[in-house]
Amino acid sequence: MTQAPEVPARSRAQISDRTFRKDPWWQAPRITATLLTIWVLYATVRVFTGHWYFVAKDHYLTPFYSPCVSGECVPGSSSLGQWWPAVPPVIPYAIVALVFVLGFRTTCYYYRRAYYRAFWRSPAACAVREPHAKYTGETRFPLIGQNLHRYFFYAALLIGILLTYDAAQGFRGPDGNFGIGIGSLVLLANVIFIWGYTLGCHSCRHITAGRLKNFSKHPFRYWLWTKFSWLNARHMQFAWISLGTLMLSDLYIMLVASGAFSDPRIFN
Amino acid sequence: MGYKAALRVWRGDAGAGELADYQVEVNEGEVVLDVLHRLQATQASDLAIRWNCKAGKCGSCSMEINGRPRLACMTRMSVFSPEETLTITPMRTFPVIRDLVTDVSFNYAKAREIPSFTPDPSVKPGEFRMQQIDVNRPQEFRKCIECFLCQNTCHVIRDHTENEQAFAGPRFLMRVAELEMHPADTADRREIAQDDFGLGLCNITKCCSDVCPEHIKITDNALIPMKERVVGRKYDPLVWLGDKITRRAHKDTPKVPGKK
Repeated sequence: MTQAPEVPARSRAQISDRTFRKDPWWQAPRITATLLTIWVLYATVRVFTGHWYFVAKDHYLTPFYSPCVSGECVPGSSSLGQWWPAVPPVIPYAIVALVFVLGFRTTCYYYRRAYYRAFWRSPAACAVREPHAKYTGETRFPLIGQNLHRYFFYAALLIGILLTYDAAQGFRGPDGNFGIGIGSLVLLANVIFIWGYTLGCHSCRHITAGRLKNFSKHPFRYWLWTKFSWLNARHMQFAWISLGTLMLSDLYIMLVASGAFSDPRIFN
Repeated sequence: MGYKAALRVWRGDAGAGELADYQVEVNEGEVVLDVLHRLQATQASDLAIRWNCKAGKCGSCSMEINGRPRLACMTRMSVFSPEETLTITPMRTFPVIRDLVTDVSFNYAKAREIPSFTPDPSVKPGEFRMQQIDVNRPQEFRKCIECFLCQNTCHVIRDHTENEQAFAGPRFLMRVAELEMHPADTADRREIAQDDFGLGLCNITKCCSDVCPEHIKITDNALIPMKERVVGRKYDPLVWLGDKITRRAHKDTPKVPGKK
């Protein structure tokens, strides 16, 4: 009886090069890291500035200070009232919303991909060897906390409603009646993109109908799911654009509030 | 218009190997697999390549071309400049049998661990009824040709062999998602998706979707929806509280025992 030859132990190809990719794979993570860093630095400075966040005449409130719940907020800027008389300078006026906005964005499935690639290089690009000796993914603290995304989404819905109210207030002219200024349109554009980002969230898609096995038994939920799925397919675009409009609307209101220029009025 | 392309092809077996340089004629309209076949026919008759359909449907000719996981039969030579040297290597995640041929049996072992389709036993053959909108989602995943490029590119096992036991890989987490979304399936694979198939190791960097030759949105349509389902099963404090109050026990389907 013939004996089968022993099968040699197999191992991976011995290739020491980190990657053979020739395209500029390092560009995308660098751009992402740069843009996110700029945004975080800008937002950090702005939320702790403590002034130039509200234009009383035009009723413009920057999203970084909404809701302004400290007793130190300027008159007219506290749409939800003032919850405590004062806060130490290390606490932003809109701390109640900022915690959830930050939580929503940092646990977002798109941003996770972006910062894992850009900052943690895990991996920096596909088929490029990552520099870490060990990897546990999102199985341990603190990254297991990414599973809280759904709860930040619920808070983001409420914040979206508040920002919509703020944008609507921006359509009140100096006399309190309906009016349109460039700032009104800036705030409106911002809130549209914020909703595009929020409703395109993967958690929103899951809650709406993604969790179901039978779409046919829930036609309205299925219809909503198709709409949110359309947004979800553009989640990255909405994530970046809404980040940009948040910054630009804050910058615009800061410049108007500081007196750098007056808001050009289109109507009233 | 033909030209001579410079190729660096990894030659070797499990023991050792190196990149060998070749100059191979290229004709208009050819794909990388055609050029490899010409190399085999004219200069390296012992070059090992796995291939079958030459139409992007069998998933056999998976390899790495200039560092990117691709099907050789679907990679046109026209996407490279004639002056460019092509580096062609086997898939890095799997053991090499010889040259560009790898042993992908890891994937078959993972496939066997997944509890199969589990219909309601009270539904008799011929009684299944489902609408197209209910099966659209699982059908997207059925486009998979099992080329294992997604498994190869996933850094969880590509860069960390220690995770091979704990992680099923995107292709098989997608299989779990496919069954979970099936309207006639009754098993609950959410817990094993996390605990036994390593869904928590996935950090959704989307490389699996990027390399899929069938353009299946693996991350957005399978892995993330599966993560959301797992949140509902394991990390939702309201569900946890409800379970405690009502003393509700989940009927989690176990992994197929004895399979590795």
